[in-house]
Amino acid sequence: MISPNMSNVYFDNNSTTALDERVLDAMLPFMTMQQGNATSRHVYGRTVRDAVEQAREQVANAVGAYPSQVVFTASGTEANNFAISGIAGNLPNSQIVVSSIEHPCVTRPTFAMQKLGYKTKIVGVDSNGLLDLVHLESILKNQDANPTSLVSVMSVNNETGVIQNISKIAEIVKSYKAYMHTDAVQSLGKIPVDFAGLNVSAMTISSHKIYGPQGAGALIVDKRIDIAPLLHGGGQEKGLRSGTENVAAIVGFGVACDLSVSELTRRFSATNALRDHLEKGLVQMGAVMFGNKAARITNTSFFAFPNIEGETLVMALDRKGFAVASGSACSSDSREPSHVLLAMGISPDVARGAIRVSFGANQKHTNTIEQVDQFLVTLKQELQRLKQMTGVQFDTSANNTKAA
Amino acid sequence: MSAVLENLDLETKVELATHHAERDPIYLDYSATTPVDPRVAAKMIPFITEYFGNPASRSHPYGWTAEKAVENAREEVAKLVGADPREIVWTSGATESNNLAIKGAANFYSAKGKHIITVATEHKAVIDAVRELERLGFAATYLEPEPDGLLDIEKFKAAIRPDTVLASVMLVNNEIGVIQDITAIGNICRENKIIFHVDAAQATGKVDIDLDNLPVDLMSFCAHKTYGPKGIGALYVRRKPRIRIEAQMHGGGHERGMRSGTLATHQIVGMGEAFKIAREEMAVENVKIRKLRDKLLHGLQEIEETYVNGDLEHRVPHNLNISFNYVEGESLIMAIKDIAVSSGSACTSASLEPSYVLRALGRSDELAHSSIRFSIGRFTTEADVDYTIQLLKSKVDKLRELSPLWDMFKDGIDISKVQWAAH
Amino acid sequence: MAYSDKVLDHYENPRNVGSLDKNDPQVGTGMVGAPACGDVMKLMIKVNDDGIIEDAKFKTYGCGSAIASSSLVTEWLKGKTVDEAYAIKNSAIAEELALPPVKIHCSVLAEDAIKAAVADIKAKQLAAAQAA
Repeated sequence: MISPNMSNVYFDNNSTTALDERVLDAMLPFMTMQQGNATSRHVYGRTVRDAVEQAREQVANAVGAYPSQVVFTASGTEANNFAISGIAGNLPNSQIVVSSIEHPCVTRPTFAMQKLGYKTKIVGVDSNGLLDLVHLESILKNQDANPTSLVSVMSVNNETGVIQNISKIAEIVKSYKAYMHTDAVQSLGKIPVDFAGLNVSAMTISSHKIYGPQGAGALIVDKRIDIAPLLHGGGQEKGLRSGTENVAAIVGFGVACDLSVSELTRRFSATNALRDHLEKGLVQMGAVMFGNKAARITNTSFFAFPNIEGETLVMALDRKGFAVASGSACSSDSREPSHVLLAMGISPDVARGAIRVSFGANQKHTNTIEQVDQFLVTLKQELQRLKQMTGVQFDTSANNTKAA
Repeated sequence: MSAVLENLDLETKVELATHHAERDPIYLDYSATTPVDPRVAAKMIPFITEYFGNPASRSHPYGWTAEKAVENAREEVAKLVGADPREIVWTSGATESNNLAIKGAANFYSAKGKHIITVATEHKAVIDAVRELERLGFAATYLEPEPDGLLDIEKFKAAIRPDTVLASVMLVNNEIGVIQDITAIGNICRENKIIFHVDAAQATGKVDIDLDNLPVDLMSFCAHKTYGPKGIGALYVRRKPRIRIEAQMHGGGHERGMRSGTLATHQIVGMGEAFKIAREEMAVENVKIRKLRDKLLHGLQEIEETYVNGDLEHRVPHNLNISFNYVEGESLIMAIKDIAVSSGSACTSASLEPSYVLRALGRSDELAHSSIRFSIGRFTTEADVDYTIQLLKSKVDKLRELSPLWDMFKDGIDISKVQWAAH
Repeated sequence: MAYSDKVLDHYENPRNVGSLDKNDPQVGTGMVGAPACGDVMKLMIKVNDDGIIEDAKFKTYGCGSAIASSSLVTEWLKGKTVDEAYAIKNSAIAEELALPPVKIHCSVLAEDAIKAAVADIKAKQLAAAQAA
């Protein structure tokens, strides 16, 4: 319809996923003539209100929470902003601590709090991408001026796929009387997620990463904590998130959450087989693997080839019909090397080569072993071509240098 | 949808979903939300099934296709309101637009002053955003409108202080449909170097908006009041002279840093298509809607002791807000459940308090309680209006038969003079 | 708001709507509530010489639950003694109609209306006795 050049193999499922058809079926009535504002009291309003509440139960069930703990937002970004400013906002002059590998929608709202008098600290990670717990404790211990009110550490990194031990981190954080938030956007649907078991105060999830629609996310909140809203107005979501409910997206999110549980095992093993197959090939080609010594989600592979620019390779692969990413989609405008890799101590040169393959195991858009084989063949060809090109460029510049 | 439907193709499913509601009550609550126009839904669906990319993904066509669609939609939104596409910032809806405009501008320009002027009949999203700023050290004036719902320009002028930094006045009121003179108010703001925000959530497709020629700095829109999807809106941010706002949502730096968060491509596409249809059809559509509304008005005015709330001349054709004296509002809503209407704004109708908008007009609690907002739109028919008039006539009659107040009124007793026991 | 079937039944088919002759010495009138609060109930009872309520009529300005509460008590009152009527509690009304918490005040108002009507008839009887 718009683009004649649509890639036919989609390996960018950590960026966004294709909608599951069962999700679409549930959404369709609410996308068309099923009018009604969930706050209205007539039958139209009640119908959509019931649909929203059913979705709330589905979301709660999928993440081991109570329905009353689910606050719907428009995105994971909004839920992260809400968590940071909402929890810390009620504790003035405190300190907010985040990890060095967070998504910008956690770090930027955190830094924005500096203007309001908050202190911020960043906890590092080790070379495998795992949080440095000693560093965390040393920050929490030092409570002279500004006691830490909130710590935010993501459950699974979007680039490396590395899984943090959130319940362990939460235990440390809570022992220093601070609140713990985790961005679980990349863990839902890929590993079991249990809000109660993680022992965190708040947790962010998002619909479009789990074969649901864009436009819905949620913050799961322990209601015993005092959290201030980000959006003020009609008082929806018990005053915690004003704005007319995006019913279709919420309904889709609910079904996607159901599927994130019922399909977990299938998706897990399907993507695991693909990833193992891919990485075997990558290693043979001399790829540098990132985060593969730590526990990872099964759909993600993050790697680089020495002296090959990641962005260039991504473009080359795209022309051959493979959609992959060079880093998180949100930062792919910039040519800066991945902040996640730098935090892991990877040199900027190597980091600039980073490429992420993230598999999907949707009903219709499931990636296949054949696709991985094709990908490996193409990758090999493109690598050779690029090596020749860069080799030529290198020689030329070397000659020029000599001549100068 | 059940498993029976599993094998149907997409088109058939959409068809079924579209027509599933024929025996439901007559929908006269277009100001709460509109149904999605089937043409809009048809445009949206490919963007959640086939073209599902993240518009921020710059490295592959999934992202590019999405981005292109987003930019086309941005142009359509800009065209309807006479703006430059670069002045349109996507949000999740009018509530977020209002929050972003008010908090974003007030915070950015707070060094210039910390006083805000708004109107008591604004939407809660505006009122509550201003209240939040008051909590953070700003001062605010909430102007009372005249009994017809319109703002007295002189009163606006009188409220201006040396430290007034921001004014927010809605274009079309959600409960009574009156249209404020934003040109006059905007000119005063210009003279006094006050940033002027206008909530136009209820205005698109109903009144002409030409931001090129309007003295407005920030304007809020949403899709779901103009036959688009819920969960998507936009904020107009003037470029010449450039207006700055402080982001309220931080992250990947989407929307030139003013509003981060993955954009819901299909919803944006839906808003673009909805605004395109509005631009192409509003002139003809509004004539038809005005005819229906006037028919409804004249029909209901045949009932004794009815009062129209809000000025009738400066008003969108879609809205009729009437109080039925001596009838209690909730029992009236219950009696007319064959039609879907609102008593007060949808956002407050979960509470039993009378509409704050009608009270700001000076309506008594009783009249505010007995008010019904009829809001009609694209799919309203003459038969719907005829049915509504007959239904109201018979049900108001029945409830008045039950009402001791109606007896007293008929006996010539002035109810406002009666000493009622405290309750 | 979801109404119970009983509320809907009384609302759709209110029993004993109307008025009795307020100047009749056997008729007691109770008017409670206020228009500004959204509820006004007028309850009239006719009490015979044996102290039994022979007839009851109501008119109510108010929500469906208020109408149902007053309609219900007119049914209950008929055949009861004045003292039995006086003993009717709002909780019984609320329970019978399955009123949700936000509508409990409607049953309170109905109880108040009974008490006001009983007080009125007792005042009338006392005045008559004193005059005799």
